[in-house]
Amino acid sequence: MEIYWLLGIPFAGGIFLALWGSRGFAPEINALFSLLTFLAAVWLTVRVVSGGPILTANEWFFIDPFNVFLVALTAFVAFTTALFSRPYMRIEQEHGRLNTARLRLYHSSYQIFISAMLLALTTNNMGILWVSMEAATLATVLLVSLYRTPAALEAAWKYFILCGVGIAQALFGTILLYFAAEKVLGSGGVALLWTHLNEVKDQLEPRVLQLAFVFMLVGYGTKVGLAPLHNWLPDAHAEGPTPISAVLSGLLLNVALYAVMRSKVLVDGALGTDMAGNLMMGFGLLSVVMAAFLIKRQTDVKRMFAYSSIEHMGLVTFAFGMGGALANFAGLLHMTMHSLTKSAIFFAVGHATQSAGTQLMSGIRGLIKTCPTIGWGLMLGTVAILGVPPFGVFASEFLIITTAMHEHPWATPFLLTALGVAFASIFGKVQPMVFGETELARLPHQPALTPVFVHLGLVLMLGLFIPPYLAAWYRQAAQLLGG
Amino acid sequence: MTLPIHLQIVNLLAALLLLISFAMLSQRRIIGLVTLFAWQGLALAVSTALVGWATGQHHLYYSAGITLILKVIVMPWIFYALVKKLDVDRDVEPMINIPTTMLIGIALVIFAFNLALPISQLAGTVTRSTLGIAMACVLLAFLMMITRSKAIPQVIGFLAMENGLFFAATSATYGMPLVVELGVALDVLVGVFVLGIFFFQIRETFDSLDLKHMEKLRER
Amino acid sequence: MTAGILMQLAQTLLAILLAPLLMGWTNQCRAWFQGRSAPPLTQPYRMIRKLFHKDAVIAHDASPLFRFAPYMVFACMALAAGIVPIVANDLPFSPAADAIALVGVFATARVFLALAAMDIGTSFGTLGARREMLVSFLAEPALLMVFFTTSFIAQSTQLPVIVETLAHKQFAIYPSLAFAAVAFWMVSTAENARIPVDNPTTHLELTMIHEAMILEYSARHLALIEWAVALKLFTYSALGIALFIPWGIAPAGNYGALPLAMLALVGKMAAGGLLLAFLEAISAKLRLFRVPEYLSTAFLLAVLGTLTHFLLEV
Repeated sequence: MEIYWLLGIPFAGGIFLALWGSRGFAPEINALFSLLTFLAAVWLTVRVVSGGPILTANEWFFIDPFNVFLVALTAFVAFTTALFSRPYMRIEQEHGRLNTARLRLYHSSYQIFISAMLLALTTNNMGILWVSMEAATLATVLLVSLYRTPAALEAAWKYFILCGVGIAQALFGTILLYFAAEKVLGSGGVALLWTHLNEVKDQLEPRVLQLAFVFMLVGYGTKVGLAPLHNWLPDAHAEGPTPISAVLSGLLLNVALYAVMRSKVLVDGALGTDMAGNLMMGFGLLSVVMAAFLIKRQTDVKRMFAYSSIEHMGLVTFAFGMGGALANFAGLLHMTMHSLTKSAIFFAVGHATQSAGTQLMSGIRGLIKTCPTIGWGLMLGTVAILGVPPFGVFASEFLIITTAMHEHPWATPFLLTALGVAFASIFGKVQPMVFGETELARLPHQPALTPVFVHLGLVLMLGLFIPPYLAAWYRQAAQLLGG
Repeated sequence: MTLPIHLQIVNLLAALLLLISFAMLSQRRIIGLVTLFAWQGLALAVSTALVGWATGQHHLYYSAGITLILKVIVMPWIFYALVKKLDVDRDVEPMINIPTTMLIGIALVIFAFNLALPISQLAGTVTRSTLGIAMACVLLAFLMMITRSKAIPQVIGFLAMENGLFFAATSATYGMPLVVELGVALDVLVGVFVLGIFFFQIRETFDSLDLKHMEKLRER
Repeated sequence: MTAGILMQLAQTLLAILLAPLLMGWTNQCRAWFQGRSAPPLTQPYRMIRKLFHKDAVIAHDASPLFRFAPYMVFACMALAAGIVPIVANDLPFSPAADAIALVGVFATARVFLALAAMDIGTSFGTLGARREMLVSFLAEPALLMVFFTTSFIAQSTQLPVIVETLAHKQFAIYPSLAFAAVAFWMVSTAENARIPVDNPTTHLELTMIHEAMILEYSARHLALIEWAVALKLFTYSALGIALFIPWGIAPAGNYGALPLAMLALVGKMAAGGLLLAFLEAISAKLRLFRVPEYLSTAFLLAVLGTLTHFLLEV
């Protein structure tokens, strides 16, 4: 039941806002729908945590601890982002970068996007998973090009074409999966249901699944932003409106990785080898290293943090690739931390760029004087994402690296070097932005910084202390991934 | 060669799909490309319907119908309208000259056939041997996307790729479950509409649909 | 056996006699498509007769090769026509020359013509010869690939065996033949100096290929060459029919099927000529520098045909 609420609310919100999204109250409605979605997600989470996995609606939806955790995270970040976007988009409108028609598009697409992501997370059908991933892409293409600047259009075009091509590979992977499954489960709808596939995974033809996984990893990996398929990601993050950067980075990447993980579980079962894990480790490590060195060369603050997202998703992919209870646990934890921290950073960065009127880091100076809360938010967020204790990112990165040292010592120097380089370059660039000299004016609207501090507070709390029920939950999820 | 005659026709249509993919690679004009795309859709629809008839998988009729409506009528019509409205039908030299592109294409076909060989041997379907062709179509469409710098050919390449995937689904597995196929068709349709809007935005901003203008964003 | 030999000789003779008729028919169709009043069907015969009655003029610098070449070219074409099953499949000499040898025979004729064109030392002759060699250099591999495709299907390079497999065994659709047929058509237009590669009716120095080579010929030499050109077109048509629409060709030893085979031949040739004329009427001649692209496309299609054969038909 709650699953219908969860998916229906944002979808209804999308339709409602498509009709009335240009009114003055649209941002509040947007936030309201997001709140309701979040409440539905909480309800669902409580059900799953107390009663175990749910398989409902004719086996259409399957919710286990692994995806319910992502559902809760998605709904939460979507809600806080909606709160943040309320004043942010108003200011953009006053700056004359947007008109009401585009705001309507923005609000409507935002809800549809959330709805598509939630569908991708909860569906039991690998085919529908693909369909909703593609829908999520389509919903955001026009959001990336919202400002209609040449750069924004180029970014959106790249986003569409690269992700489209990528996701086409994933469709091919899905077809191959169905092809293998059909032999065991018979043709018809059942052969794409993940729960059924999971039961018979050791009977699936290994050779086909191997190929299927390569295609799916490449396909969904493009959306995760894994190097060398990451080209669209920095552009889309930098040129779209900041709330979209926050949800792309904090949520969409997770959902894409979720799709990869669902297929990895099947492939591992069929193959009985580490092929899938090794591939993921390779892609993950490459992303971490590549992104870390590219961060150094960035001049645009949103691009820089976009590359940081690539780095962190690479790290998570690496962790999941290693497999095993501890690494999976660390991966899940890092996913959470990254989502919360990175969206908080984008909130702060959004207001910072608004007050400075530019996204170039050289143009943003002395935030601590013009707007102390933004300055502190950005500083703390940066410190958190860089893995400074006691923030939660430290805990998860520490876990990942110690596991890597233990199981794959050859990878440790790469990881440590990359993290070190990223640390030095990001910190070196953010520090003058926050503490430098400036004579900029203050913002006209009161910026919404509650979400920033709520997120960072959570990250801090999780770094110091993971509540036992949360830890148990993570452990369950890690086990589902083949711990 | 002891296949029944309708399946031989399916094989022939498969070969036709591949032929059209190559014709697309060598086509310089956008209108010609759109026409070829429509023909490809038609070959796909007919072969899907034939496979459905031959195997008694009646849901394939629906997919064939969707293909016919979307890819033979609606999308080519949209593209014709766009090309006319945006006035972009001119001879376009691809970024790599055409014989070289074709040579790369042949290499891709060989690669695809080899990749598909072990899988198609596992397939229980009567049309399994066409899997390699489907894969080759996908790769050729991909090649077309890479070698074209204009927006509309890139999108047609993307859709041709989707055609190839669809054909793979039909030939290897008698089609995906209907819900999935409907979903995919919906996504593609929405995608084309989004792109239609997008073309106008690009045109408005750059005064051209040449993507060469879009080279500002590089990895820095 | 004697009947077979007689059959083969009769077939060759038939080709030699009918060839100008096909040329006349194609020209007539083309005139119709272009809205001109058509020359009579027998125009090529009349022209050949007229040329035979004239006195030959030969350049001072011409070597014996120049005089010898027309006979050689004609002989090669007649030989080629003898190898291809035209109405009957009963060809006792066919083991001596298969499809690959056929390509060689065509090449021999071309080499002699090109040498003769350069023999005089005029700039046009040299230019034509060079262009001809460029075209054939690209067309021959494609033609060979087409033959390979059909040979793979029939497991033999002998044309009668190929025809036997395609026409008289259990009917089957060979997708690879679709590729091969398109490639063969493209090669044929190039080899026969038709649009879009060459235009048989112009003497425009910038574009002509074949006409440039035979500019210096007159009278009986020219007549032989014109006849050989007609024969080449006929042979290529017969080859196309044998490889791609062979139904109707009489099987070995079955003389009762001959009248029907004759009828089928006339019908297919007429349709082929019509199609050729139609395609020539609607298409434009390619720039010379686009010709390599056109022919490499033909080659690639033929390669694709072979690949498709291995994928779909084994």
